[in-house]
Amino acid sequence: MERDLIIKIAYLIASVLFIVGIKMLGKTSTARRGNFISAVAMLIAILVTLLDRQVLSFTEIFVTILVGSVIGTVIAQRVEMTSMPEMVAIFNGFGGAASVLVATSEYWRMAHDAGYSMEVVVGVTIVISVIIGCVTLTGSLVAFGKLKGLINGRAIMFTGQHALNAILFLGALALSVLVVLEPNVELWMMGVLFIALLLGVLVVIPIGGADMPVVISLLNSYSGIAACATGFVLNNQVLIIAGALVGASGIILTQIMCKAMNRSLVNVLLGGFGQTGSAATTDGGEEIVVKEVGVEETAMLFDSASSVIIVPGYGMAVAQAQHIVRELSDMLERRGTSVKFAIHPVAGRMPGHMNVLLAEANVPYDKLIEMDQINDEFANTDIALIIGANDVVNPAARTNPGSPIYGMPVLNADKARTVIVCKRGMSAGYAGIENELFGYPNCLMLFGDAKSSMTKVVGELKELMPA
Amino acid sequence: MNAESLIVLLYVLVLASFVGFELISKVPPTLHTPLMSGSNAISGITIVGAIVAAGPEDMSVSKWLGIAALLLATLNVVGGYVVTDRMLQMFKKKKK
Repeated sequence: MERDLIIKIAYLIASVLFIVGIKMLGKTSTARRGNFISAVAMLIAILVTLLDRQVLSFTEIFVTILVGSVIGTVIAQRVEMTSMPEMVAIFNGFGGAASVLVATSEYWRMAHDAGYSMEVVVGVTIVISVIIGCVTLTGSLVAFGKLKGLINGRAIMFTGQHALNAILFLGALALSVLVVLEPNVELWMMGVLFIALLLGVLVVIPIGGADMPVVISLLNSYSGIAACATGFVLNNQVLIIAGALVGASGIILTQIMCKAMNRSLVNVLLGGFGQTGSAATTDGGEEIVVKEVGVEETAMLFDSASSVIIVPGYGMAVAQAQHIVRELSDMLERRGTSVKFAIHPVAGRMPGHMNVLLAEANVPYDKLIEMDQINDEFANTDIALIIGANDVVNPAARTNPGSPIYGMPVLNADKARTVIVCKRGMSAGYAGIENELFGYPNCLMLFGDAKSSMTKVVGELKELMPA
Repeated sequence: MNAESLIVLLYVLVLASFVGFELISKVPPTLHTPLMSGSNAISGITIVGAIVAAGPEDMSVSKWLGIAALLLATLNVVGGYVVTDRMLQMFKKKKK
């Protein structure tokens, strides 16, 4: 009796620490300590669970935890900051998988008592846990594959897709009812598992590359909800509290991302954005005529500029150009030029992706300015340098009601005196639409790989202004 | 599980969700990625269930499922916290 009480009190303490930890995670000054506190909460929860009466054999548990910890630490230490979206995606998947396995394990244990009749509440919580966990697992694996480029990052659509999803969903529900009614028939459970795994794949494949921030946030939320559902299965409050915190956080991030793209969540989830936009490219009529610029000229422009705003995008991450960009910014600052970074909420492949990359390159976080704060500054800025961003600076979002991205909040980079766009080629952005900014009279195109272009510009600048 | 304990759990769920919404709606965009990986680590709390599921002495299917869950949950928890710490350590204000 006493042992159970100790466990319950420890879980309560852990829950409180999780809440405190996540609160501290919300402020830059306390974030690191917040993460530590939440890790302590986890440790308390783990240690005290080892006291549980049902835990009788420890060898396998310790070995498994040891192996998992070593692998987890190695992955976490080695992963490149550019690959954070993939890492978060795959870890979401692990979380979902763990929930499914726990719920299935519980089901197996109970269903194997002959003649067992499952309480409806228990059955319902188990199937909910299994379905959410499975969707999180395979959905995250698909997201991981898309981000890694293992599978086509574009939206994959086929006719009858939504109908098929609806049928599968109803099928999963029907089988779930059977699981509850006939818990001894394992086939039903297998069916639920199979369909839910398939559903996870199907709901993520129609969602394309730049919508990934939304998908990852949503899957993050699901992994929390899955943990929450497992809490109901096991009648365990700490799982419910921790899971609900994660679920809420994921949902909020999802909303922020949707708002930043001026799209509803349903619109993102139905997918296929930009695939049907071919009409938009043609009805623009005239071809956009761009002005090219070379590295020497770019360096000279920087040399005479007194204020610069850098707009980074996913292309900077792909080219691993963040370090050389920081070097450029340091160099300009040393000669008295003001340098700021303008961060669009959906720049990159996950919320806050650019901030992490630039932090890694030692750019102080107070130099990164949010869209709403910096948009009025462009008009008084000599140069807006756009590196690997496209749709987030497309003025059509403000001016052209016919554009698919019309209404999306964008950075007003076009208002700067000179706009320099560093880009590989003339390919359209993710949304599949031309960027009319490139044809503006104040816009210059610096074609080439972001990293090598920037390296050359920095080299030229060194000659122009010897230290 | 009886109806009464289910209701208690639902109370816990609803209140915790409100706390979550309140806390997280104020997080600045700079911290979105660490928040995500940090909360991702928290979702590994399923590890508690996995330990119990992996606990029995006899080697049953149920136990093996528990061990698999334990491995994945540990990866999730340890990897999530370590990478979040690594990231947060890089966030610096301007020196001097």
